[in-house]
Amino acid sequence: MRMKLNVWRQNGRDAKGAFQKYDCPDVSEHMSFLEMLDVLNERIESEGQDPIAFEHDCREGICGSCGFMINGAAHGPQPRTTVCQLHMRSFKDGDELWLEPWRAKAFPVVRDLVVDRTAFDRIVQAGGYISTNTGSAPEANAAPIRKDSADKSFDAAACIGCGACVAMCPNASASLFTAAKLAHLNLLPQGQPERLIRSEKMVVQMDVEGFGHCTNHSDCEAVCPKGISVTNIAMMNLGYVQATLLSSPREGSTDD
Amino acid sequence: MSLPPNKLPTGPIQQAWTERKFSMKLVNPANRRKYTVIVVGSGLAGASAAATLGELGYNVHCFCFQDTPRRAHSIAAQGGINAAKNYQNDGDSVYRLFYDTVKGGDFRSREANVYRLSEVSVNIIDQAVAQGVPFAREYGGLLANRSFGGAQVSRTFYARGQTGQQLLLGAYSALERQIARGTVTMHPRTEMLDLVVVDGRARGITVRDLESGKVSSYVADAVALGTGGYANVFYLSTNAKGCNVTATWRAHKRGAYFANPCFTQIHPTCIPVAGSYQSKLTLMSESLRNDGRVWVPKDPEDCGKHPSEIAEGDRDYYLERKYPSFGNLSPRDIASRAAKEACDDGRGVGPSVEGVRRGVYLDFADAVKRLGKPAVSEKYGNLFEMYQRITGEDPYEVPMRMYPAPHYTMGGLWVDYQLQSTIPGLFVIGEANFSDHGANRLGASALMQGLADGYFVLPFTLADYLAGMKPGGLDSTHAAFKDAEREVAQRTNTLLNIKGKRTVDSFHRELGLMMWDTCGMARTDEGLSATLKRIPELREEFWKNVTISGSGAELNQSLEKAGRVADFLEFAEVMCLDARTRAESCGGHFRTEFQDQGEAQRNDAEYTHASAWEYTGAGNAPNLHKEPLTFTYVKPVTRSYK
Repeated sequence: MRMKLNVWRQNGRDAKGAFQKYDCPDVSEHMSFLEMLDVLNERIESEGQDPIAFEHDCREGICGSCGFMINGAAHGPQPRTTVCQLHMRSFKDGDELWLEPWRAKAFPVVRDLVVDRTAFDRIVQAGGYISTNTGSAPEANAAPIRKDSADKSFDAAACIGCGACVAMCPNASASLFTAAKLAHLNLLPQGQPERLIRSEKMVVQMDVEGFGHCTNHSDCEAVCPKGISVTNIAMMNLGYVQATLLSSPREGSTDD
Repeated sequence: MSLPPNKLPTGPIQQAWTERKFSMKLVNPANRRKYTVIVVGSGLAGASAAATLGELGYNVHCFCFQDTPRRAHSIAAQGGINAAKNYQNDGDSVYRLFYDTVKGGDFRSREANVYRLSEVSVNIIDQAVAQGVPFAREYGGLLANRSFGGAQVSRTFYARGQTGQQLLLGAYSALERQIARGTVTMHPRTEMLDLVVVDGRARGITVRDLESGKVSSYVADAVALGTGGYANVFYLSTNAKGCNVTATWRAHKRGAYFANPCFTQIHPTCIPVAGSYQSKLTLMSESLRNDGRVWVPKDPEDCGKHPSEIAEGDRDYYLERKYPSFGNLSPRDIASRAAKEACDDGRGVGPSVEGVRRGVYLDFADAVKRLGKPAVSEKYGNLFEMYQRITGEDPYEVPMRMYPAPHYTMGGLWVDYQLQSTIPGLFVIGEANFSDHGANRLGASALMQGLADGYFVLPFTLADYLAGMKPGGLDSTHAAFKDAEREVAQRTNTLLNIKGKRTVDSFHRELGLMMWDTCGMARTDEGLSATLKRIPELREEFWKNVTISGSGAELNQSLEKAGRVADFLEFAEVMCLDARTRAESCGGHFRTEFQDQGEAQRNDAEYTHASAWEYTGAGNAPNLHKEPLTFTYVKPVTRSYK
């Protein structure tokens, strides 16, 4: 297969970026998308140019490192698939593709297709945990958990933190990410003591980081490689309203 | 320097850890914040250690090369985590988990370490559940278990196919909580490039900021490495692309002994290589062998045919033939070697890559006939989807193709019972150390060990070390730090100025292929000797002819890779040397010369020891130190699966 690529090249955070054209004449349909870029990079580098920077690590769709826009779609055309698991058989010979980094104010471009997603870590720091010190845990089977709650919690916990939801959202909202983190903990009995304070703090932090608000486009769910549901966002909003409007004085403050 | 005492406890093994915990020194809570501890790596071992030390009140600095600690490669573990909870009432106990692990390690691990691991395994599950890790549950709301890796009891806890991610998110959330409290400072996108030793003690590290390229140092009272394994020495492995030996290797060059580097694990069910561009290998859960049947054509002439055109009588179900009692469920090392033999025999299937077909069929046709498609789909549906996404083939229609791939490394830096290396103040945790798995690791034991070390062992043993010293008294203007920074900067400049013709990846691929051929599933004195001769030549060529674009003052992924490959090119030598020196077959280490009718032949009289290698300078042969292993509770026997 022959692919025509237009890749966003940007030397650093403050540099001006632009698309650059690359011709990839010998692409095998069995290659993953990133392997195509590996081969292109080897060629670029042996010609003395700087290779295209892109983030990747496990290449199994679980670490959440990889991700960029392919023709306007986060992680490319195949549903429920990270770009490392996307294979070239999803494309046609002669296709022209436009590769861009995630675009969001809260995800500044570091270089080429690499962005800074540390805002996600700070949202977790705001309350995405259960305050339990090592050694203080009760016997694991002491408190049974309803299987449906555990399963729903798991569905949300499957989030890999890649940022595709933000990239695809017209508002660059981190609602799906934040809601998934909240639902994971808030649906479990262990998460109840801090449920309200957690909901409030994480939503506030999302704002502080410069992410937009949710206006129910659901593009996030459509591109999420793990199929996280937008119903989690409704739960997040409920938790936030309960925390800020309905509950006073607030209970369950954390230790920080 | 001779090997320091291993500090193994004496007396009954059942009380050993409890007694040790009582006899170790403590640090007063008010004094803890005066001690600075560096944790390198943020996987299960690193994140759990950093979080726990932060909770205790130490001043912790945690480093990872990824953009966030949640991406460490522990995240990719699928299967599960063992714990001796005996929730299934099927006869499990701490002692049985201990027994199975010592035996599974083919009698090349320390009994006391393994016993401690089994003992704290139950606390790990409690801790993870308290953090909100969503383990699989039964309808009654209690935790579910499954049997894994041929164990006779159901002791494996799991979270669908992503137990690693869920456990890591638990440790990560605990870590982020400490970051928010200010007890832990996180340094993402920061790579450790040297260990700094002052007056014989580990006192800090030198790092490169991967975005700005700035080289700097951090001073501490102790350093813990949780930097994972070295399976990427093979280039193609199931490890993440960034996994590397750099942190442990550079610590080795500063005086930490490297133990049993030849003990590597090859996982039998991975998706085969599709072409020379292949960048990594994908593991498919071992559970597939519960219902899939492994076969290759009897006649090499049939290998190019579509499998449906090969008659039943022309198929060789070699595992069922060779190992009638275990069949397709033979242990990892045995199943892996048998696949290699079939392909070496010219009977491999799938696309031919560089002239050889390397793949065997894993066929579900019988299972579909026996159980029906819905039942097969319920058990393996997600794995089939994953396979189809990568290969474009539907396992319901065409048998899956599998080939073994490097997966985990049992060897690592030598540590004593306190998890301290041969350098005082340098602790090593998780896959990066060597201590618990011997020559072969059992399924679902890697997650257990990483978290055991980080949550429940290091916090005690580190306190014992710190309590014996005064905190601080040093800053990064000390000559040892300045020297390390200068060396790191020089090395970077040297790499960038070679401006040769070959890419970093091309060197890595060549090294990897050579290691796979001669130090992979089967090793011979002859093959290892040839590779030992070839490695220095390849290394020399690397330092003359590698090409790296860009500068050192920016995000430069080629430069990062180059530094890691340079270290693999040194490390590979001691790995081959260790494999050649260990003239026996045990666990994952199979020396073709030492077998009995195709089965591994251990030599307990001469090799019941851990091999710890001491670095003696560039170009010099390393010194070998032997730590004898004694078996008081589990008597060595020969493994047989026929």
